[in-house]
Amino acid sequence: MTSPVQTDALIVGAGPVGLFAVFELGLLDIKAHLVDILDRPGGQCAELYPEKPIYDIPALPSVTGQELTDRLMEQIKPFGPVFHFGERVDMLKRVDSGFEAVTDAGTTFLAKVVVIAAGGGSFTPKRPPLAGIEAFEDTSVFYAVRKMDAFRGKHVVIVGGGDSALDWTLNLEPIAKSVTLIHRRPEFRAAPDSVNKMRALEAAGRLKFLIGQVTKLNGEGSELKSLTVRGPVNGGPEQEYGIAAERLIPFFGLTMKLGPIADWGLNLHENLIPVDTERFETSEPGIFAIGDINWYPGKLKLILSGFHEGALMAQAAHRHIYPDKRVVFQYTTSSSNLQKKLGLL
Amino acid sequence: MVKITYIENSGKVHTVEGEPGQTVMETAIRNAVPGIVAECGGACSCATCHVYVDEAWKEKTGNPSPMEEDMLDFAFDVRPASRLSCQIRLKPELDGLVVRIPEHQN
Repeated sequence: MTSPVQTDALIVGAGPVGLFAVFELGLLDIKAHLVDILDRPGGQCAELYPEKPIYDIPALPSVTGQELTDRLMEQIKPFGPVFHFGERVDMLKRVDSGFEAVTDAGTTFLAKVVVIAAGGGSFTPKRPPLAGIEAFEDTSVFYAVRKMDAFRGKHVVIVGGGDSALDWTLNLEPIAKSVTLIHRRPEFRAAPDSVNKMRALEAAGRLKFLIGQVTKLNGEGSELKSLTVRGPVNGGPEQEYGIAAERLIPFFGLTMKLGPIADWGLNLHENLIPVDTERFETSEPGIFAIGDINWYPGKLKLILSGFHEGALMAQAAHRHIYPDKRVVFQYTTSSSNLQKKLGLL
Repeated sequence: MVKITYIENSGKVHTVEGEPGQTVMETAIRNAVPGIVAECGGACSCATCHVYVDEAWKEKTGNPSPMEEDMLDFAFDVRPASRLSCQIRLKPELDGLVVRIPEHQN
């Protein structure tokens, strides 16, 4: 095991509120590492509405999710935040020096305080509503390809029409016993080059492409044997028919789930984390929650509320880390001390 | 006002009124019609406000845009009458619109 990453604050979630927390903590000399399941900063702003304007950010009459993210990244640059993308914090526990957190990729953190800014939870692959699918998961049904070997010599079925579906169709074709790509229509969202390659392999008889939708999984225990597909047959009307399938990889996009946060021993209120409105602290001292994931009377899920929560949280985090140090309240406009931290002096 | 009827998968019927300019998704959320999740809040980014437009209304609601069609790839049990309700804007001609809500959104 590699040695743990030491940090003052560990921020779970790199959406707008997690990003701005870096700024507020930074002004108080609290350095932060951030973990996010997505491969880039911005959270929902980047994943759900990068191109859509937001109209209720003070002083920015209209700003897209991506622009807001880019501006926040610029604003927090002086504080040197360290990002860990594509990882999810799975475990969090109290230790002598603060908190130990471990991600699904095995990264371990030792943090003095933890700030949960996880929004609607972590983005996780959507599970198709097929009866009994849970029983096949991680044995026959996978939402991502981690080990290619699991697909070697198997009848593999991939469902979807985006880049992930096409890329894995092409990558698994050489090692699988058979590869079938199922998509609901002949148009794809994937890169045209990948679609052309898939079409060429289909023409050469090396893989199958079916237009349709999976309606049923058939198997024994956790072993998938076949699928029932509904779709047009030979250009005719829709029919249901079976195809051999030992492995299924469905790509239906992402949805937000609270995920492992539910197991961290925090009090929860309808999948949200109750906090007080002075410190924005959870039921566990030293663990704070800001942004859409928290709850208190009158809570509004607004980005601007999350910014305010971050500012107050930072004061409380400072008192938690340095109980004997007094925080002198200062303005960035006039304090040379703060301006130095921002790299202006 | 524009009257809309939502029919749940169970057959339960909700008839509510919306204002022109609002979307079919917004009208459902404002009136607490169950089964429309709208995770992304109406940005055509999540496919959790999927509905089936009643056959009689398909012409008046029109066809999905290419972006909506792409997003429908993330919905389940997609049919020729499938639409994302955040992309159907109410107008006087849609008074009486009937949409059905699928069994699952996500």
